[in-house]
Amino acid sequence: MMTLKQSRRLQSVLLGSLSWVIAALIFFPIFWMVLTSFKTEIDAFATPPQFIFTPTLENYLHIQERSDYFHFAWNSILISFSATILCLLIAVPAAYSMAFFETKRTKGTLLWMLSTKMLPPVGVLMPIYLLAKTFGLLDSRIALIVIYTLINLPIVVWMIYTYFKDIPGEILEASRLDGATTRQEIFKVLIPICKGGLASTALLSLILCWNEAFWSLNLTSSNAAPLTALIASYSSPEGLFWAKLSAVSTLACAPILIFGWISQKQLVRGLSFGAVK
Amino acid sequence: MANLTIRNLQKGFDGHQIIKGIDLDVKDREFVVFVGPSGCGKSTLLRLIAGLEDVTSGSIELDGREITQVTPAKRDLAMVFQTYALYPHMTVGKNLSFALDLAGTPKAEVEKKVAEAARILELGPLLERKPKQLSGGQRQRVAIGRAIVRNPKIFLFDEPLSNLDAALRVQTRLELSRLHKELEATMIYVTHDQVEAMTLADKVVVLNGGRVEQVGSPLELYHHPANLFVAGFLGTPKMGFLKGKVSRVDAAGCEVTLDAGTTISLPFTNAQQSVGDAVTLGIRPEHLELAKDGDCQLQVVADVSERLGSDTFCHVRTNSGEALTMRIRGDLASQYGETLNLYLDSAHCHLFDAQGQVIRKALQAAA
Repeated sequence: MMTLKQSRRLQSVLLGSLSWVIAALIFFPIFWMVLTSFKTEIDAFATPPQFIFTPTLENYLHIQERSDYFHFAWNSILISFSATILCLLIAVPAAYSMAFFETKRTKGTLLWMLSTKMLPPVGVLMPIYLLAKTFGLLDSRIALIVIYTLINLPIVVWMIYTYFKDIPGEILEASRLDGATTRQEIFKVLIPICKGGLASTALLSLILCWNEAFWSLNLTSSNAAPLTALIASYSSPEGLFWAKLSAVSTLACAPILIFGWISQKQLVRGLSFGAVK
Repeated sequence: MANLTIRNLQKGFDGHQIIKGIDLDVKDREFVVFVGPSGCGKSTLLRLIAGLEDVTSGSIELDGREITQVTPAKRDLAMVFQTYALYPHMTVGKNLSFALDLAGTPKAEVEKKVAEAARILELGPLLERKPKQLSGGQRQRVAIGRAIVRNPKIFLFDEPLSNLDAALRVQTRLELSRLHKELEATMIYVTHDQVEAMTLADKVVVLNGGRVEQVGSPLELYHHPANLFVAGFLGTPKMGFLKGKVSRVDAAGCEVTLDAGTTISLPFTNAQQSVGDAVTLGIRPEHLELAKDGDCQLQVVADVSERLGSDTFCHVRTNSGEALTMRIRGDLASQYGETLNLYLDSAHCHLFDAQGQVIRKALQAAA
């Protein structure tokens, strides 16, 4: 007969193993991508797939020779951060008014904003392409910054709205009685209280901008192209070169992965803010 | 100086009238308590005074200055909220100094005022802590401290004790009373707890359905309620009510025949009273007595008894089904189902007309 303690232990071991298996499954494609990036093209195509091989850096050297990685990376950084900052600048006041000065139309407006996320982007490709062309913004960072800001705005407003909703209105009323202006109320009370939530929202927006490919492929060619466009450029003209494609993908993912790794504590805390407050 | 004058104050939300025309005067250094059941508009009235809600019509004046449209910060009032509403990201010290920092007060003066508030409320050792590291009672003291440092003309309290446990509530109540005397401050306090109202107030304002039912000192309201609502609201256990009809009226008073069968002479009357009018007789639990031989006025059947040690509350029922509570000595108790003979002392009875308004004593009315 198993004692209660033993059965609890078994349960925790089983659950632990299951979590590891799921995590390994999710992580495997990334692991395989990184592994392939250190293979020669011949090793990369080998069947059955090879786990043991002589690693090489030739793919990375090839990429640096063929294209200026840092140019694309700089575009990615500039566009993602600018779009995120712009998005927060619009979303914080919007969420503030929706959370603390709710009207009959607030819920409807929020749902309408979210519904725009359901529109397939290709549906508005033509008008946006023509707009960008008319204003001379094709292959410009500004076009991508504006578009990324707009496509992320609904989700960012929603997230900040839910963080603000968690704050008792009385705290803001207290600050009003203490003499705070609306600006002081937002900057000295609201934002410091929600900084965890705001940081995780910003992080999410950054990741979404960094990974966006549809608009960057359609609206940029070289000047303003971010890393997603660089990856795509390795897929077509010369056929599929898996090892080089893996290397360029690894280079494109690495910065945001490392950034996410560093800030994961903040991210988790932000996402569970409501539960632990 | 802090004299608050409210005239014909009204407030509606989405077409519903919450405050229906209130006139009130709060004098300097007075402790005024707004009391009433949930939804009576007491918190809304306080928020209107604080400026946290817009007034629909009417006026609020502080020391002769019209403040009806003035922003909360410029009204010179401080409020203590039910949930304390401390800034969770600031230390206790920062919470206390926030208003002064916003006002651009010199640092030395801020430190002096914070130290003084911390001394009064014994918050000294807690100044570096964050609100989440404090107990409920400590948070409450910080919230009060935050009001003190601003040296406002009037302190507003919105049910500040309702989140504390029973023992702490009694202790904080005493501290508040002491603070009122020490600071010589004007305070307006909202509560639904009549014990808080009775113990703290210089002046109690009983509110019901957005109107003022009665204003007066706690004992004045207890002994001379103006209507059935106030009579039933103040006092624990509450006043017992017996329905009846006027059977005779003369200059000295009237005679009431109760539905329970008894006829009782009372020294009350007013000009409008006539035979056959429906009336309600009210009597407090401490004024119901067991009848001595021959003076029985009301026969009742005992329901359960609650023995508190110092007193016993006997719940009884008349033969017309009306429930009364009788307060007797703690060492006595009634038996369930027992028939008891009660004596109603007419000097302690209250009489209300069909509209629920009190019928004053004949002598009082004449005076």
